[in-house]
Amino acid sequence: MTGLDAHTVLTRGAFSLDARVEAGSGEVVALLGPNGAGKSSLLRALGGLTPLTAGHVRLGDRVLDDPAAGVRVPTADRRVGVVFQDPLLFPHLDVRDNVAFGPRESGASRREARAVATTWLERTDLLELAARRPAQLSGGQRQRVAIVRALAQEPAMLLLDEPTAALDVSVTAAVRTFLRRHLATFDGVTVIVTHDALDALVLADHVVVVDRGRVSQSGPPREVSERPRSPHVASLMGMNLVRDGATFRTFRPQSVTLYPDKPVSSARNVWAGTVTALVPHGDVVRVQVDGDVRLLADVTHAAVADLGLTDGLPVWASVKATDTLVYDA
Amino acid sequence: MPVVLLVPSVVALLLLLLPVVGLVARAPWDDLGALRDPSVADALRLSAITSTASTIIVVLIGLPLAWLLARVEFRGKKVVRAFVTVPLILPPVVGGVALLTAFGRRGLVGEPLLEVFGVGITFTVYAVVLAQTFVSLPFLVISVEGALRTADRRFDEVAASLGASRWRTFRRVTVPLAAPGLAGGAALAWARALGEFGATITFAGNFQGTTRTTTLEIYGRLQSSDPDVAILLSLVLLGISVLVLVLLRERWTAGALR
Repeated sequence: MTGLDAHTVLTRGAFSLDARVEAGSGEVVALLGPNGAGKSSLLRALGGLTPLTAGHVRLGDRVLDDPAAGVRVPTADRRVGVVFQDPLLFPHLDVRDNVAFGPRESGASRREARAVATTWLERTDLLELAARRPAQLSGGQRQRVAIVRALAQEPAMLLLDEPTAALDVSVTAAVRTFLRRHLATFDGVTVIVTHDALDALVLADHVVVVDRGRVSQSGPPREVSERPRSPHVASLMGMNLVRDGATFRTFRPQSVTLYPDKPVSSARNVWAGTVTALVPHGDVVRVQVDGDVRLLADVTHAAVADLGLTDGLPVWASVKATDTLVYDA
Repeated sequence: MPVVLLVPSVVALLLLLLPVVGLVARAPWDDLGALRDPSVADALRLSAITSTASTIIVVLIGLPLAWLLARVEFRGKKVVRAFVTVPLILPPVVGGVALLTAFGRRGLVGEPLLEVFGVGITFTVYAVVLAQTFVSLPFLVISVEGALRTADRRFDEVAASLGASRWRTFRRVTVPLAAPGLAGGAALAWARALGEFGATITFAGNFQGTTRTTTLEIYGRLQSSDPDVAILLSLVLLGISVLVLVLLRERWTAGALR
């Protein structure tokens, strides 16, 4: 086992986290889940920034945490790179010295560390920023430098805490692409916390869904996106999820049709509810219906006018059985 | 504008302004040569040396203490913080008496120091520096602690993730980020040390060239009916105070603009 094997148990007041995360070297694991689910606490525990209550963290053949045996390797000795939501570049150092920080602390001379930093900046097309101070960079540039800074110390594990969440929408995609390119050549373990489904789908080999401190689902991104097992994941993936006893059914918002009166259809696929939100979504309008279940329906602008859809209007929603995917709960 | 608010405001302003105006108005501008008196030169030189020395000591011991208060959780922290502020509210003369009871010839530490090593502190230049350090330490500690508290602690976490030990993080990240607070605190401490009077005259005495700092010289000149030199020296200290104030303001505005 050269990867990560972690069982993180944390108790703080009323909050409790108990989650297992495993990953092979070179693998990217995405921790997906709503705010306050414990994703960031899990990440901090892996980095040694928050002590574990119980469980263990093993990375390769090293034991980083084992509270029962009194083992807790300090963050500085873990060889773990951390990137937070905010870039947190050291404001008193230029870009090159920020990137050189890790190599310098791992024992390189000042000159060697700068040379390593230059190589990294070259490889990541950021060399032209080398002499700039963080205050002179754009948000996207800062986060790219923060990622390179974390990689330049050649960590055994890279921890990313919502690395694209604080960015302008216009640069989110660029930074995500940057991450994807440089994670591809990184042979350590990567754990990325996100509440953006796209991050998980684009970057991850494995998705772990965390909800209220527990792992509610885990699997390859494709499986998690096609067969979500919680309303939260379903909505992140832009899917509807309905639970019928022992089965889940998912279907796309564009498969849902809205009616003013109860349609003649198989009762299994018809729900009553009221419109609670209308949001333009590309060339359609995404309608949220709350009732027996919560649904999203994509309808045309013409349909909105014909049905006179407004907040609070009672409607019926239906979906064709052939448009749904059914699987065991 | 209500008169009940305007009148007290004007009184307050006049109270602050009139003494300064008085100093400038009564200064013997045609007799600046009086400052060339050897005893005046001694006092100014002594003040410059001792206040700088005490500021260096204050930074060396106050910065770690501020870090401890801002970054480390320990029992009795509130008590420690209260002790740090004691010299701020203690009358300086009382501070001098307290220093005597600790470091004087018959003091807690002073007596063994004298018996074992033959070292006496009282009435030497070291006593001046000690008194100044005592009164100005809180200014630095409070200022730096504030700066450390407002700095984002995740910078320290990032440094740790990059392999920096606590000491290396302190040197390479924590202190540079707190630099404006450190500079401001050091300037305040230096100004306070320069203006020190009560604790110095009580604990260090009043000997020309060794313990008679500028403030003591001013007091002595007034006592011996030589107000001209007293006023000129006061103006020198006033000028330095204004300079410190201007430098601090620039730091504050620079910080606000960043």
